[in-house]
Amino acid sequence: MMSAPLARLGRLCRRRPGGAVAAVYLLALLVVGLLAEYVAPYPIGRQDLGDTLSGPSSVHWLGSDALGRDLLSQLLYSIGPSLAATAEALAVFVGVGVVFGVAAGYLSGAVDAAVSRIVELVQAIPAIIMILVTLGVFPASVPAAMVALGLLASPGLVRVARGSTLAVREELFVTAARVSGVHPARIMRTHVLRRILGPVLAQASVFAGVTLVFQAALSYLGLLSSSAHPTWGGMIGDASRVISRTSWPLIPPGVAIALTVLAFGALGDALRDLAADEPVPTARRTARRRVRPPPGNGAGEALTAAPATLLEVRDLSVAVSDPAAPTVLVSEVCFTVEEGETLALVGESGCGKTLTALAVLGLLPPGVHAPAGYVRFGEARLDPDDPGSYRAVRGCGIGYVSQHAQASLDPTHTIGSHLREVIRRHESLSRKEAARRALELCEQVKFADPERVMASYPHELSGGMAQRANIALAIAARPRLLIADEPTTALDVTLQAEILALLRDLQRATGLAIFLITHDWGVVADMADRVAVMYAGEIVEQADIATAFARPRFPYTLALMAANPSAADRATRLATIDGRVPPPGSWPVGCRFADRCPHRTDQCIAGPIALEAADTGSLTRCVRATSLLAEGVLPR
Amino acid sequence: MPLALVATAISFILVAFLPGDAARSLAGQNASEQQLSEIRQDLGLDQPVWTQYRDWLEGAVAGDLGKSMVNRQPVTTQLNGRLAPSLSLIVGVTGVATVLGVGIGILGARRGRVGRVVDSGSIMGLAVPDFWLGLVLIVLFAVHLGWFPPTGYVPWRDGAGAWLRSVALPIATLSVPATAILARQTREAMATALDNDYVRTLRAAGIAERSIVFRHCLRNAAIPVLTVVGLVFVGALGGTVAVESVFAIPGLGSTAVQATANRDLPLIQGVVVYFTLIVIVVNLVVDCAYGYFDPRLQSQGAGVRPRTHRRVAR
Repeated sequence: MMSAPLARLGRLCRRRPGGAVAAVYLLALLVVGLLAEYVAPYPIGRQDLGDTLSGPSSVHWLGSDALGRDLLSQLLYSIGPSLAATAEALAVFVGVGVVFGVAAGYLSGAVDAAVSRIVELVQAIPAIIMILVTLGVFPASVPAAMVALGLLASPGLVRVARGSTLAVREELFVTAARVSGVHPARIMRTHVLRRILGPVLAQASVFAGVTLVFQAALSYLGLLSSSAHPTWGGMIGDASRVISRTSWPLIPPGVAIALTVLAFGALGDALRDLAADEPVPTARRTARRRVRPPPGNGAGEALTAAPATLLEVRDLSVAVSDPAAPTVLVSEVCFTVEEGETLALVGESGCGKTLTALAVLGLLPPGVHAPAGYVRFGEARLDPDDPGSYRAVRGCGIGYVSQHAQASLDPTHTIGSHLREVIRRHESLSRKEAARRALELCEQVKFADPERVMASYPHELSGGMAQRANIALAIAARPRLLIADEPTTALDVTLQAEILALLRDLQRATGLAIFLITHDWGVVADMADRVAVMYAGEIVEQADIATAFARPRFPYTLALMAANPSAADRATRLATIDGRVPPPGSWPVGCRFADRCPHRTDQCIAGPIALEAADTGSLTRCVRATSLLAEGVLPR
Repeated sequence: MPLALVATAISFILVAFLPGDAARSLAGQNASEQQLSEIRQDLGLDQPVWTQYRDWLEGAVAGDLGKSMVNRQPVTTQLNGRLAPSLSLIVGVTGVATVLGVGIGILGARRGRVGRVVDSGSIMGLAVPDFWLGLVLIVLFAVHLGWFPPTGYVPWRDGAGAWLRSVALPIATLSVPATAILARQTREAMATALDNDYVRTLRAAGIAERSIVFRHCLRNAAIPVLTVVGLVFVGALGGTVAVESVFAIPGLGSTAVQATANRDLPLIQGVVVYFTLIVIVVNLVVDCAYGYFDPRLQSQGAGVRPRTHRRVAR
């Protein structure tokens, strides 16, 4: 029975060595404080006027003060009373904090409102001044000061306890207990208290540190009882009176306070972790290794660009930046986008479409990187090792529109401000000219009231309007390619059609090429000249649009067509594809669709399969394309 | 305003708890009967607590906070003279900590290693007691190097340079914990802001990283940071109590300490009122600033305090 908590403690010590060290230090402090009489080298208050203000020596390890008292002994004698005072403050802090916090969180309603209001008020006043009032009434009383401090600090704990209680309250077993008529007080005792123990202990530990600082400050100011017992704060006070002669006596008590406060803080952190029992992410940075095949090598050879090729992507891979588990997310993707055309990259969510697009722009999120690949835009090579290579391309060469229209705009700037900034970044225009151009862009994306939209903040726009604003922003610097990542997915159907129409109009007017990412074959049919089908991190088929729809050459594409709701026959049941896309890291060596493919043979899973030309001129990754054609599975 | 009521009411209730014969314990054992009745009358101790409080409140609203029991001067006269040194410190600390803390926080948000240094540095900054740090600074910069006077306050009108030299060390002392808090909060707020979708949009549009950080993310991080700036201001106010005593600066904080030592209750209560009023003004300023930084709050109606943002503070 004991082994499980012990093992957990052991794990925690390894994970949070700071917390373990802090706990050991505090425990030692407690023991030494209790045994100070026996441990300290000199009796309490022993003066030696012949040996004052000496530095550290074999007689006085930490030196002596102005009255020749041994600093180490003084330091040790202060621990006991100091910890006792801390315990007083802690008792009030925890008692008040937990009772009011749990009550507010559990009973909610009027109690909660009243408690929250009081908490806010008490937190607004600096605690020290109210403690001074207390000490004015109860002169030099340590208990009074500590009770006041506990009370004044408890609102912090009230908030924490309230939050934790609210969370517990909503859990099923608590609801069940409540419904079955268990008395609220009992529920709070048994369920709630156990669960909020961790956060409360963490807060209490941090507060213990705060208490020490307050005690020290009040003793330093001479406002607490100066009985026989020395205090750390009082020692600092003594030291401050001889500051012009020597500064050494300042050091031991100051360091003792700082160390102890740090220890309480570290213990609090560790307790919070213990309560949550969540692994602390190990902060391991990976050395970026970029193994890139030399250009002209590998499968990309077949696709070598014609002169009109705007974007060329060859063998682009994306992987998790973790040397222990460098999971590949996108593997060796090759495609091109020609001037003025629309290429659709289509596939289920999670297959790597967005990562592919972001890798092209060099905008992969932290934690993933592109270990290999060759990306060329126009004449320029885009190289993740050379962040400068993107500068000439982002915005003015390639524009980008994402799925989340509203979140893609800075909430603190107006649409006009967004547009003007991008415009002036790429063209040397005056403020006025930039504003005129911004207005022009707003008209171009067909805002009914461009002036008003320019003055609007993102939160004042509807989803469809926000997406128009994003498109205006993406084309503001007159790019030649627009990467649109699911531009209509978050919009309702009528808006989808409007946005697609807008994109087509822009393309007609400006000769813009579009790299469209979508999972919707309806959008593909509506927009694309060519389509690349992605499955489990790789492209499995690439074809022009008519061929892709009429004569697919990969079983997955075929199945997708059958599963498309907009093309489905009313009477028949909508076809589905059994199984799931295998997650990254568990891709098979051979065909990644093999597990779900009704036409699988041993040939399919034997080894890696290259993208090869089929009879239609499409590229397919199906080894059985020819035989499936002969069997009549794939349409002729 | 409820804040002022609650704070002063608490202090009055405490006074009502004065053990034994309050007047005697305040005046000392050797006080004459005449002194005692004078004290009773001054404090209104012959009246019930709520009457005392009502009378005091009526006076307070009219700008009369009573008289000091030690030197018989009106509390307001005495405290008004102490306002300038304290405000010099608090405003100075808030300014220094905001510039340094936000700067360090921005640096920390962007690079992993710097971030961890900022985190551990801020923990250290919070662990060291301010009054002790003040003494250490006196030893280093006043006693050894002689760059600054060890103690004392020179009013502004006696020369800006001398004034600055007299407040430099106390401001530095109080700025350490304040900077630590602000650096950590800014780092968190900036890291959150840099994680937003719009950052990707702006990068994709070719906007320079500098503009993304300063023009966009910093402005989005401003709300949580602003909340902390308000807390830092109030924290510095509390810090003046010990630090003004260390540097012998005649401000509100050191006055409160002396008043406590002398058991000069009207004067302490006066300081409570001044502190509370300062807190109220700061909260008002912070609330107004919220609206400036976040247009979403503007359109909800000015003057509405965004409670959700305040929660971020702790």
